Amino acid sequence: MSINLQALFAQLLVGLINGSFYALLSLGLAVIFGMLNIINFAHGALYMMGAFAAYFLLNVLNIGYWPALIVAPLAVGIFGMILERTMLKWISGLDHLYGLLLTFGMALIIQGVFQNYFGSSGLPYAIPDLLKGGMNLGFMFLPIYRGWVVIFSLIVCILTWYLIERTRLGANLRAATENPTLVRAFGINVPRMITLTYGLGVGLAALAGVLSAPINQVRPLMGADLIIVVFAVVVIGGMGSIMGSIITGFALGIVEGLTKYFYPEASNTVVFVLMVLVLLIKPSGLTGRAA
Amino acid sequence: MVEVTMADPVNTAASGKTVLTVENLQAWYGESHILHGIDFNVKAGEVVTLLGRNGAGKTTTLKSVMGIIGKRTGSINFEGQEISKAQSDKIAKLGIAFCPEERGIFASLDVRENLMLPPTIRPGGLSLDAIFELFPNLKERLNSQGTKLSGGEQQMLAIGRILRTGARFLMLDEPTEGLAPVIIQQIGHTIARLKSEGFTILLVEQNFRFAATVADRYYIVEHGKIIDGFANAELPQNMEKLHTYLGV
Repeated sequence: MSINLQALFAQLLVGLINGSFYALLSLGLAVIFGMLNIINFAHGALYMMGAFAAYFLLNVLNIGYWPALIVAPLAVGIFGMILERTMLKWISGLDHLYGLLLTFGMALIIQGVFQNYFGSSGLPYAIPDLLKGGMNLGFMFLPIYRGWVVIFSLIVCILTWYLIERTRLGANLRAATENPTLVRAFGINVPRMITLTYGLGVGLAALAGVLSAPINQVRPLMGADLIIVVFAVVVIGGMGSIMGSIITGFALGIVEGLTKYFYPEASNTVVFVLMVLVLLIKPSGLTGRAA
Repeated sequence: MVEVTMADPVNTAASGKTVLTVENLQAWYGESHILHGIDFNVKAGEVVTLLGRNGAGKTTTLKSVMGIIGKRTGSINFEGQEISKAQSDKIAKLGIAFCPEERGIFASLDVRENLMLPPTIRPGGLSLDAIFELFPNLKERLNSQGTKLSGGEQQMLAIGRILRTGARFLMLDEPTEGLAPVIIQQIGHTIARLKSEGFTILLVEQNFRFAATVADRYYIVEHGKIIDGFANAELPQNMEKLHTYLGV
């Protein structure tokens, strides 16, 4: 068969875009899981809130895309920290199932409230002027906004990795993931660190939401659709590893894109087929620690 | 020299003012009642050793002082402050540092990160150079993963990192457990050196011969209570009793 390069690169780009969202979301899930031992099913709803925050900022306060990239993750991150302080805190130390049920319930409530006010169809969010248009790269046409999303996500992922793996603060975080009791006995305020970590993970989800708003529109169920794939990504990558979740996120986006080109019928299922294979061969995930 | 009276073993090796006073301390792990009324004190600049058989409650006593036992009652007074209800991070900030029996070296941190983990709580802690002088091995392994060190090196790391913080009251839980004689000697020298520099040390030991080389006073823990106590100078006349207590 002859390969249509134009179409192949177009699907690769779509894959990279999706991979950016997978990476940002699974990164947040990994950070939260490491510190709180909670599988955050509210992640998709918080991603959606990020997109809505950008929408409100623009349409209510007339604050545009660029400030929203900072303000929306901060606002949703603070909302996340309130959830942690008022609810998640109480179930720390209990079985995973409790965290799963609680965060799943939160997701349903948050999505329900937004659906109640905004219905299920999408609200438009315009691409910022600076990123409109596209570039002809010779082998393909690259919409600038999409290129920006991929590069910006990659930078944010690497910064987050650096923060956790290479800084003093990150060392505290890794240590508290291993042995919170001892870290606290050294004089470090571990409960505050847990709250901030949840805020960070939620902020990353909200940031992905802002990035996604101009591409996918702003919809109450945008997170619910995406989060199922993201959980498959997390299962494949393994819950424990920061770099693992970043690489798996991007890689699976690309795999999906390639599948769309070579065998479109399987593009919606390829991630789940991979998940089943990984679960059969290495249940803790490609880069994860055994639970 | 220290004045010794059998009637009040608690106040024998007095060299400074009392920094830690524990009275009627009771503690629980879940439903099981471990400590049934522990009473002892530690004075500034002393090395005090808790002796006792496995499961007597020595480690639980240290953990209770550190605030990492869920349920505890009674009084723990450190430098005039009641800490029996305080959270462990607050207790650490008052100047108590803990080196746990399992050493608590973090696998996801390298040696340098392990060493730098405990935050400085007040000025006056040892510099990194001073710590490397005590434990030269650590300097050579700064970039190794914490848990890749030998048992002895891990123990040095566990002690070294709490010397940085400025805490002057150290609680060491079985620092010689499972180590080679030459390392035990090195740790003994370290404790003597710290004592000479004015650190106060509360030690838990199974290795009585080691304890005898560093301790000023001993308390015997049995079934969650202090059943006896004496100063190092009284050791000879207490040897027989001690053998009965410890079953050695």
